[in-house]
Amino acid sequence: MVPDIEFDSYYGRQVVKPAPWTSDIPAYIFLGGLAAGSGLLGAGASARNLPTLRRNTRYAALAAVAAGGLALVRDLGKPSRALNMMRTVKVTSPMSVGSWILTAFAAFAGLGVASEVGRHVVDDDSALGRVRRVADPVASVGSALFAAPLAAYTAVLLADTATPSWHESYRELPFVFVGSANAAAAGLALVTAPTSETGPARKLAVAGAALELAALEQMERTMGELVAEPLHVGRAGVLLKVSKALTVTGALGAALFGRNRAAAAVSGVALMAGSACTRFGIFEAGLESAKDPRYTVTPQRERLEGRRAQGVTHDSITTSRQ
Amino acid sequence: MGFWRNQLAGPTDPSRDAAWDDPEPRKGFFTDTSICIGCKACEVACKEWNAIPQDGELNLLGSSYDNTGSLGASTWRHVAFIEQTSDRIEQARESGSRLVQLGMPSVGAPAPASAAVGATSGAAPAPALAGVNLSDPDFAAAQATAARELGSVPDFRWLMDSDVCKHCTHAACLDVCPTGALFRTEFGTVVVQDDVCNGCGYCVAACPFGVIERRDGDETVKNAGIAQKCTLCYDRIGHDQTPACAQACPTTSIKFGDLADMQSQAQERVDTLHSNGFPEARVYGGNQHDGVGGTGSVFLLLDEPEVYGLPPDPRVTTADLPDMFRKAGFAAAAMLAMAVAAFVGGRK
Repeated sequence: MVPDIEFDSYYGRQVVKPAPWTSDIPAYIFLGGLAAGSGLLGAGASARNLPTLRRNTRYAALAAVAAGGLALVRDLGKPSRALNMMRTVKVTSPMSVGSWILTAFAAFAGLGVASEVGRHVVDDDSALGRVRRVADPVASVGSALFAAPLAAYTAVLLADTATPSWHESYRELPFVFVGSANAAAAGLALVTAPTSETGPARKLAVAGAALELAALEQMERTMGELVAEPLHVGRAGVLLKVSKALTVTGALGAALFGRNRAAAAVSGVALMAGSACTRFGIFEAGLESAKDPRYTVTPQRERLEGRRAQGVTHDSITTSRQ
Repeated sequence: MGFWRNQLAGPTDPSRDAAWDDPEPRKGFFTDTSICIGCKACEVACKEWNAIPQDGELNLLGSSYDNTGSLGASTWRHVAFIEQTSDRIEQARESGSRLVQLGMPSVGAPAPASAAVGATSGAAPAPALAGVNLSDPDFAAAQATAARELGSVPDFRWLMDSDVCKHCTHAACLDVCPTGALFRTEFGTVVVQDDVCNGCGYCVAACPFGVIERRDGDETVKNAGIAQKCTLCYDRIGHDQTPACAQACPTTSIKFGDLADMQSQAQERVDTLHSNGFPEARVYGGNQHDGVGGTGSVFLLLDEPEVYGLPPDPRVTTADLPDMFRKAGFAAAAMLAMAVAAFVGGRK
């Protein structure tokens, strides 16, 4: 039996530091997810010959990934050194891994858009046209390959920190983020593409929303009552409540009324807004969990006392005499 | 496989892991808070030597004599002040006694008596104090024995602790840095390269001790926008100099030397304090089996770590990184599968 934890903090000050990140970071996480889902939709639309969906999702993927990249650069302490992200490859740094995933995805998204533009300006039988016809499926496959890593790595990015509510969410957060990414991208497709081509987007919207909500539910359970608390209180709590309402509304709307153009568009906007609220909510909850020493110290004391209760004493940072 | 063992957690030699063929002995601090007088000479000397700018607005924080607040981009040594009354002192003694009863292991191997003291490179021996009683260990021991036997606990005590970067064996800041700006020196310490860091701030969120921080300020502030922290005076120790804080410390509360010496000195000091009737003394850091693979900064504390603002059971976040990537891999596969499922079957 582990006793209840009471502790004296140092004047209530934080033990770990919150990330010095602004709203550019959750905005990027949302945009990266939107780009990734759009990349997948573009590849699928290309394979199933849905031209408007293909074109619009390809444009969406490039626009979202570009806007996201700009947000990332703006958030740096030294934006002029943004390219230093590319001076090494470090597998122990999710940010380094992510930078390369982002770069690769952006390259294929750019190729996809180039191919779409090329359709209108290059004759298919010309030499350049033949190059375009080879490049088009390459863009699809490349976007599809890097899309899922782009949507999932951002969860590792947040989790690989000492921020209590981010780190403890690492088991389910990637599922929340990929579900949210699919839902957001499907939502954008519902807004931009005609209903005759959005059948797959409607399915993806429902599946993505379902995964996001289920994973979030499970995540709160595994995190434990205390570390999940920042997800329920303050601005993060409001954001995540709104996110759930919007996501459920959007998914139901897409499933039930998605064949109506206006209803589809409204559902799509709800899905995107829901996804954005999820990202901002989780981001905010993490920052709050770092600022209050309770979230850092109490779980650590609990696991320390738990180990001591089992007679495990060799791995404590606090040691005593021989 | 030998190299890959313990790259993210557990005991290892960080300098060799960082591909130094012939590293120096690992260096570290031993900060003995039981003889800290809270003069803040370490804070000042650190600022002077490293040319660190002012840390925010001048402010009275209402936390005893601590108006610095915490370690940060422009505070690489931070002296904490804690005021405690007798009930809190008794609790500290109980928790200290409990550590002994639990059979908490000591750090490192017991040092040979001759090597333990005085082998520290650079650290000057304690100057003899002019006062008679203060420098007389027999007097101090007698006082302590009397206190123990009478069961008397002082009405009040003032804890002071000069905190500093822990220079972890498994340094989260270093591992998560995407640019390679943070690196492992031949002394086993962790240093930021100012001209490489692009200010992404990832190290700030990753540090389990809340040490490293991105410096605020406009272009007139040196290294603004860049992550900054203690370098263990990399520019001094490479020339057989003592780090500025240890050099300036008037009571030898801050000691510098080979990490193995620091560990054995900390151990000896705890033993001495225990036998003098201060069971609250304990060693913080330097245990290679702890959650960060051992720290390069060792502390002697007189209460639980969280009282000083230190984490009681830090665990380097990257220890879970393989599992995080695995989970993300499954999630990515799920995302792809959802998209495939959406497109197969009917178009509607």
